[in-house]
Amino acid sequence: MTVPLPAHRPNLLGFLPVWQRNFLVWRKLALPSILGNLADPLIYMLGLGYGLGAMLPSIDGQPYVAFLAAGTVCASTMNAATFEALYSAFSRMHVQKTWDAILNTPLGLADVVAGELFWAATKSLFSGAAILIVITGMGLTNGPLALWALPAIVLTGLAFAALGLIWNALAPSYDFFMYYFTLFITPMTLISGVFFPTDQLPGWLAAVGQWLPLAQGVALIRPLLAGQVPADALIHIMALLATTAVAFAIALRLTRRRLLK
Amino acid sequence: MAALDVRDLRKTYGDQTVVAGLSFAVEPGTCFGLLGPNGAGKTTTLRLCLGLTGPDSGSIELNGCAIPADGQQARARVGVVPQFDNLDPDFTCAENLLVFGRYFGLKDADIKGRIPQLLDFAGLASKADARIATLSGGMKRRLTLARALVNDPDIVFLDEPTTGLDPQARHLIWDRLKQLKAAGKTLILTTHFMDEAERLCDTLIVIDHGRKITEGSPRELIAEHIEPQVIEVFDELRGQLAPFVEAHRSLAERVETSGETAFFYCRAPQPLLAKLAEVDGLRYVHRASNLEDVFIKLTGRELRD
Repeated sequence: MTVPLPAHRPNLLGFLPVWQRNFLVWRKLALPSILGNLADPLIYMLGLGYGLGAMLPSIDGQPYVAFLAAGTVCASTMNAATFEALYSAFSRMHVQKTWDAILNTPLGLADVVAGELFWAATKSLFSGAAILIVITGMGLTNGPLALWALPAIVLTGLAFAALGLIWNALAPSYDFFMYYFTLFITPMTLISGVFFPTDQLPGWLAAVGQWLPLAQGVALIRPLLAGQVPADALIHIMALLATTAVAFAIALRLTRRRLLK
Repeated sequence: MAALDVRDLRKTYGDQTVVAGLSFAVEPGTCFGLLGPNGAGKTTTLRLCLGLTGPDSGSIELNGCAIPADGQQARARVGVVPQFDNLDPDFTCAENLLVFGRYFGLKDADIKGRIPQLLDFAGLASKADARIATLSGGMKRRLTLARALVNDPDIVFLDEPTTGLDPQARHLIWDRLKQLKAAGKTLILTTHFMDEAERLCDTLIVIDHGRKITEGSPRELIAEHIEPQVIEVFDELRGQLAPFVEAHRSLAERVETSGETAFFYCRAPQPLLAKLAEVDGLRYVHRASNLEDVFIKLTGRELRD
């Protein structure tokens, strides 16, 4: 019987120095990082939106490119949080042993994992907001309600950060993350209404899709960008918060088993 | 009150017992050595003492705090130099210290006030804005030591602080560790280098298979466990050594053979030295016995991988 490590002393701001550390690293590389995060989704959005969109009818009264622009904000938010919680967090945890160094200080693992959670959500906000600015400049959003997409981006980013940290805790190497993308992220992107409305899907698949966290983000962000109040907003907000809370608890437990055994 | 008091500590992983009933105490302001071959349980013992893993049984008190229960509180007054450098490669030397100080809840202004002094201590005063990738191995070790001091700790844990360093770099680290001890800090050190332990440690324990084999000051251990003189005899021509050992075994209190080398441990070396002078093809070194001889006697000569 091993004596369990004590629960971490509750310290609401314990995550802050960990977040600050990551922010300081990011600040050194901010411009290339933002441009890199912008270029890829924008190229897809413009190519598909105007090229493919020219052949498509409008969707719910929107041109296809505006429909896709909202989907791109959501997918980029998801991708930014996911990359940060997988590859970058894994580098700090496993390769650079930054987490080990922090654990020798009064901070605990809960502070470290929470710092990574909030940092990954911050990265997703940078990424989502950058695209939001570009598409607003292109006239693809409608009215000031679009600003409410920013908190929705944060909620979506938190959920995917927490989910990514679960996979991070289990990963033996970087190669392991490919499975997360092929088995989870890519299929989810296709059935959550990023590229096309989910009513194009077989009924059962659309039913599965609407429970996924990306679909919750899409359901909030797309109406906001179109200048409408989202239907069932509270349900989607609660779903994203619940995903974050449950996934974070699992990620923390798994990371504890990995690092503090 | 001891700086660190460990009693009957046990830790198993699966069916492997890593720490098997270890007890020791470290007096404040002294340098304490935790010695043992690879896999003896040194690093696990350090992790247990820092509250980074829970023991199966036993008690630990670090700086007056029960571990692991009050680990966070204890770690606020402790510095750690880990076995492998985990400096932040994206930061400069000064930024590494600043970011690390924040983990202790220190204010930026306070940390920035301490940085010049810490860099100076580490001999890195001119490297404040240098990136980690541009530092030599010795500089990185010194910066890691400076980082461990950012919170002005009472106790500093050092896990193999000079492994992989050249002699100049090792001597500089030793010098700094002596300064820390002179300033009243308690040092808790693991090492494979017996000369390092002999120079730095006031008290040390040797552990193997998670158990304490012996405890004492370096001088006490040498006096207690081993003859004061050693003559190492090397076979240059091959085939000469075995007959020589057979013929002159009685001139030493104890003889050990390892490969092409024989170790004669003795109190009176003159008769053996006289015999060696008569033989061609055998080279020898005559020296005072040291902690390494004690270590090898206690833990054996076979490799631990």
